[in-house]
Amino acid sequence: MLQTADLNAIRAIIARAKRWDLFFSLLGILSLMVGVLTFTVLFLDMAIQGVPRLSYEFFTSFPSRRAENAGILSAWVGTILVMLVTALSAVPLGVAAGVYLEEYAPKNWITDIIEINISNLAGIPSIVYGLLALGLFVYYFGFGQSILSAGLTLALLILPVIIVATRESIRAIPQSIHEGSYACGATTWQTVSDHILPYSSAGILTGVIIGMARAIGETAPIITIGALTFIAFLPNAPFTGDPPAGMFEWIFAPFTVMPIQMFNWTSRPEAAFTINAAAAGFVLVFMTLAMNGLAIYLRYQLRKNIKW
Amino acid sequence: MSASAAAPDPSLPISKTVSERLSKKASRHVKERIIEALLFAAAAFSVFVTLAIVYVLVKESWVFFQTVPLSDFLFDTQWTPLFDDAHYGIMVLLSGTLTSSGVALLVAIPLGTIIAIYLSEFAGFKVREIAKPFLELLGGVPTIVYGYFALTFLTPILQKIYPDLPGFNLLSAGLVMGIMIIPYVASLSEDAMRAVPMSLREGSYAMGATRLQTALWVVTPAATSGIASAYILGISRAVGETMILAVAAGMQPNLTFDPTEPGATITSYIVQVALGDLPHGSIGYQTIFAAGLTLLLMTLAFNLLGYWLRKRFREVY
Repeated sequence: MLQTADLNAIRAIIARAKRWDLFFSLLGILSLMVGVLTFTVLFLDMAIQGVPRLSYEFFTSFPSRRAENAGILSAWVGTILVMLVTALSAVPLGVAAGVYLEEYAPKNWITDIIEINISNLAGIPSIVYGLLALGLFVYYFGFGQSILSAGLTLALLILPVIIVATRESIRAIPQSIHEGSYACGATTWQTVSDHILPYSSAGILTGVIIGMARAIGETAPIITIGALTFIAFLPNAPFTGDPPAGMFEWIFAPFTVMPIQMFNWTSRPEAAFTINAAAAGFVLVFMTLAMNGLAIYLRYQLRKNIKW
Repeated sequence: MSASAAAPDPSLPISKTVSERLSKKASRHVKERIIEALLFAAAAFSVFVTLAIVYVLVKESWVFFQTVPLSDFLFDTQWTPLFDDAHYGIMVLLSGTLTSSGVALLVAIPLGTIIAIYLSEFAGFKVREIAKPFLELLGGVPTIVYGYFALTFLTPILQKIYPDLPGFNLLSAGLVMGIMIIPYVASLSEDAMRAVPMSLREGSYAMGATRLQTALWVVTPAATSGIASAYILGISRAVGETMILAVAAGMQPNLTFDPTEPGATITSYIVQVALGDLPHGSIGYQTIFAAGLTLLLMTLAFNLLGYWLRKRFREVY
């Protein structure tokens, strides 16, 4: 028989353990709140400062020495063009690499090297990619400080993201799908192109969107290749201008992008430019949030709808 | 029945049997081989990226180290490559990098770990479903925006607490950087904890342990390798972060470990040089490659450490 004193002692121990449990729960919620609050404050602070500045003129004006006339036309056009180059180069390359590693790669040291290398690439700071691009694209290949250089730099940067996303969404497809296809006599490529790629496309798309959202906000590598910050013109559209521009002449044009424009305004001492920076930052955060939100939504739908 | 099955397909020449059409020399195999080779080239491309990074950095740094002895680079206590009296002491930039990363990790590692334990062991399904995407969004905010936030929002607040704090300082940049890194640490650590088999927790609960005791004494030790690699990733993010420091920490080289002072880091120095108009091939141009090489070696060392930790502490169930 337990003595009452023992019982009380045990109860005290249990009560203390439960108090600690409760304390830690609160600590967890508090820590989460630090993240949530910072994000909310950051977003609201920028919105309060920047939103009044957002007007039609802000989107259709070039940067200017006078803060109240300055706009982000060249920046957002530049961002879209750079992203176009990035997507067109990174997506085919990344998906192909992912497909190879999941469906073709034999288990040998070459595959091991490629896999270790990809996870290493993901850990290299973005500014080092900028230095690579400065040495390779800008000077060695002679692309100059152009949309092409910037787009390719960002493509290298998000390549690991796309490869990993491709591999993960291929891995989510059950083995029975492969086996069924092979049993019907399909070759590896027939299996991949008729079954694996269509079924994994939504997952790959999610990864591509996340990668692009990261690329849009990247500033350091683009500054490193020496992109100008004061661009008061747009690259000529194909077949316009005098003499008429070629189909792909725009990829060699100088450019600026949203984060660089924001950095430029942030580093000026005048308060009026800080407001411009807030407005540009708000547009930038809105774009990345919308893309990330879309990716999260897509993934959620995917998980809900697909039952193998 | 058997007669019709044996009859040859009229659309094909009689001479080609099925086995001939499927033979290794048939066009479908050639096509397969070509596609496989193309896909392999795409995968191998990533190796060339690494080689190109090493080549570019080493090539330019090599020229740099022809002029500047390695001992000066490592032990000089001044970093003034653009002055007439040029000094190239990387320690100055390293001190900025280490100080700001230290501040960031003091924020990110405790908060990230607590969030991971909370989400994995305490939170209900609903909380997790909301919190995880939110953390992802937090990690997706462009770092230039964090830099703006550190400079225009956090620094003025900190100045109210420490009136002596300069407008540019490593403290505010480091704190915001820490918040930026929380999602990486939290999400990877949580994945590691969730991978711990349920039976271990059930065993612990059956012994009468509380959630916290289970989390701290059963789940966390079992997930050590994953948590360690989450920390390593956080460290390499902090070391490689650029824009927050370039915007909020000032860019004056400053040999200090005091976070309340302004300072330049390896990354923000590269930005500073790239913003100016240094001629291609000058010594100033080469310094950024030497600085970049230092950064690459640091992150490589952390990656190798992470790899080793994963192997050393991996628990196999």
